[in-house]
Amino acid sequence: MDWTALGLSLQLGLVTVALLLPLAFLLARWLAFGRFRGRGFVEAVVALPLILPPTVVGFYLLVAFGRGSPLGTAFESLFGHPLVFSFEGLVLASLLVNLPFAVQPMQNALAAIPPSVRDAARCCGLSPLEAVRRIELPLALPGIATAAVLTFAHTLGEFGVVLMVGGSIPGETRTVAIAIYDRVQAFDEQAAGAMALVLLLLAVAALGITNTLARRATRRD
Amino acid sequence: MTTRAGLEVRLRQAAPFALDVAFEAPADSITALFGPSGSGKTTVLRAIAGLQPMDAARVSCGDVTWTDTAASVRTPPHLRPVGFVFQDYALFPHLTVREQLALSLGHRPADERPARIDELLARVQLLELGDRRPAALSGGQQQRAALARALARDPALLLLDEPFAAVDWALRESLRHELVTLQRALSLTVVLVTHDFEDVAKLASHLVVLERGTVTASGTVEALTARNAVPGVTGWREPAVALDARIHAQLADRQLTVIAAGGLRLEVPTVDAPVGAPVRIQLSAREVILASRRPEGLSLHNVIEAKVVAIEPASHEALRLVHLQAGATRLLSLVTADAARSLGLAPGTPVLALVKAVAVEAFA
Repeated sequence: MDWTALGLSLQLGLVTVALLLPLAFLLARWLAFGRFRGRGFVEAVVALPLILPPTVVGFYLLVAFGRGSPLGTAFESLFGHPLVFSFEGLVLASLLVNLPFAVQPMQNALAAIPPSVRDAARCCGLSPLEAVRRIELPLALPGIATAAVLTFAHTLGEFGVVLMVGGSIPGETRTVAIAIYDRVQAFDEQAAGAMALVLLLLAVAALGITNTLARRATRRD
Repeated sequence: MTTRAGLEVRLRQAAPFALDVAFEAPADSITALFGPSGSGKTTVLRAIAGLQPMDAARVSCGDVTWTDTAASVRTPPHLRPVGFVFQDYALFPHLTVREQLALSLGHRPADERPARIDELLARVQLLELGDRRPAALSGGQQQRAALARALARDPALLLLDEPFAAVDWALRESLRHELVTLQRALSLTVVLVTHDFEDVAKLASHLVVLERGTVTASGTVEALTARNAVPGVTGWREPAVALDARIHAQLADRQLTVIAAGGLRLEVPTVDAPVGAPVRIQLSAREVILASRRPEGLSLHNVIEAKVVAIEPASHEALRLVHLQAGATRLLSLVTADAARSLGLAPGTPVLALVKAVAVEAFA
């Protein structure tokens, strides 16, 4: 059992959720309520990680994060170490790869709020910001919870992109999914099995939590 | 009656559909925006609330200008003292009725709010149901909750979008009564959007008719109905005059109420309202009989001296619609062409208008 890898995975999952949810909420809100041309294009770009092979995503991120790229150069001059094969690189990759898992549930939840309810919030004297806090956020809560759980679970399980962008550096980029592959390669089936079981239990727990939250949020009497 | 300035609205837009309207809604009264669906009524209401941008607009209420595109004035919706009752009520599904009212009381000091919430709930008869969420309320209760939430804003203007469309007929009648009672008790300025002329005839004192984005008629309900000149209504609705009247006297021993409309005195079956109270009466042209001499031995309470103003063709070729002037009040009578001939009716002819007590529809 690779506890370091498990800890790293959990850390990556939590950091991704914490950073991604606010950004994805803004994006989801823009897509749900905004009136602009090219919405279909933006939605397609957000959904891209769902259909692209992880190695393809990983390849492009590797190129974009690399030492030759503007992003890679800027990062290295700021923090003194390369973006690729670092935890920060993994976080950035994780944010991009999880975009559809975070945006789509929240976008659906927001789009389900009747326009008149949002109008009513304004007519009740709420400023746009207060309307988000007191009406939109609570009503979108099941979607937000789903987004959090899906993002977290998906981060834990991501393999291809992590391998491409992060490699397998213990304590830095070797997540539990990579560690399972590593153990299997070394014929250490016992350790691989233990870690696989942990991921399985986490996934079941995550689904249980989302279902409970969704049911509680929709029970309104 | 105060002489506060009312609502003044001027709106113009080219797309998504052409809209060009200008009207006024007097203070302390109910103005109906009437028209078929797709005429732009709801858009006008949303623009008044500041929810709908217009190409050019000027909206002022009392002495305050809320929108003036020419001067780049555009008060955001949450800063307008407007109460809005939406057609689908738009209650917040995650909040109890009390919480929704509290939310709308942001402009009042926190220590005043609980008492104010009780007061509002009592007004709409929801005191026992304040801790329920909308899903646990019936349609009529939801409508009352939406009304209370709109009143919580202490609105200078109350906007109602088809408020009775979603409730059944019996409930509609009692909700209309409650609205009229509230409007009078609180001296509210109300703009009511409806496609049901019953709402206009029973509730509104002023009428703005909207068709395909333009105003095709406006004025007092009394004047427009008396001229039988409401676009979109004339032709299919039976001609009827809606009169603003008052309870003049209660004849308890005879179980009658005397209603004063202008100079007219009408005896009708008991109306449950105090003397002096305003009451809206409707008198269908079909129920007004014309006579040249005062009849005797009839079960008749009301004989009104009037003069023929005009005679016009009616919906059926064998019928005539006779416009009458009785003092300051206009009435309509639907008679056969044959009766019009045999009575020798012509503009200027003095006649007696006979009105059965039970034919007067009173809405107090």
